[in-house]
Amino acid sequence: MADETTIERKHPRYFLIWFYLLVLTVAEVMVAFVSHLPDAVAIIVLLILAVWKAALVAMYYMHLKFEPPRLVVMVLAALPLAILLTLIVLQEGF
Amino acid sequence: MPGTGPMEGMRVYNMKLGMWVFLLSEVMFFSGLIGSYIVLRFASPEQWAEPNVVLNVPLTGLNTFILICSSVTMVKAFAAIEHGDQAGLKKWLVGTILLGSTFLSIQVYEYIKLIHEGFVPMAARYAAEGGPLYGSTFYTMTGFHGTHVTIGVLCLIFTAIKAFRGKYSKDNYAGVEVIGLYWHFVDLVWIILFTIVYLI
Repeated sequence: MADETTIERKHPRYFLIWFYLLVLTVAEVMVAFVSHLPDAVAIIVLLILAVWKAALVAMYYMHLKFEPPRLVVMVLAALPLAILLTLIVLQEGF
Repeated sequence: MPGTGPMEGMRVYNMKLGMWVFLLSEVMFFSGLIGSYIVLRFASPEQWAEPNVVLNVPLTGLNTFILICSSVTMVKAFAAIEHGDQAGLKKWLVGTILLGSTFLSIQVYEYIKLIHEGFVPMAARYAAEGGPLYGSTFYTMTGFHGTHVTIGVLCLIFTAIKAFRGKYSKDNYAGVEVIGLYWHFVDLVWIILFTIVYLI
């Protein structure tokens, strides 16, 4: 049973996270179309920003940061498998 | 506690665990799509045009912003009902539905405009702006995501109807939390797709 303390802990400052996401989105567009970074660097920066944004959504909006460790482990276990699947698909092209 | 099913073992109720397992299968689904996109793009770079030449990136950037806003309204709806705030639940759910519908409307407008300009799947007539693979992969990835958003909006409408009938409470909010997880996942996938399809 969740008591009041737990409920408070489960609700971070959602509009602050929203602001972070907004800033990161603007940063992505700037990196893609305004900055003069070499293509390889720009792609790496863009992927880092995308993963950062996705992690913010998963941790704070999906509350993964506040879930029981067993659920977190179950969710994180799928990520290496997803990367492995992508790498296997890449083998087809090279 | 939402009160739906046992909580031993994983220490989350069954509906939520089920949604997480479903979302993990969705991770694999979109990983397959993204992996295929990367293979095709690097194997046939001549078929890809600069994204901002063909696509309306500022408009899609605005759409990305709208979807991020809908995630905030969704999580505020969940926070409201967890505190027993019925009015807040209804208000934020309706906001989420409106924002989700706006996202879909803009995507449909984008599709109509692109098709009118000749950017259609499997057509080679726009060779100067990329080949058929570009169109095919673009519509496949954004189309599957759009389908997910459409299903999400329909589920949200169903959830809102139940909310207006007073079916949720401080002790029974599983339906809101579970559709919220799905909605945030759809937002999360778009964050990745926006970067890969529109920015790189």
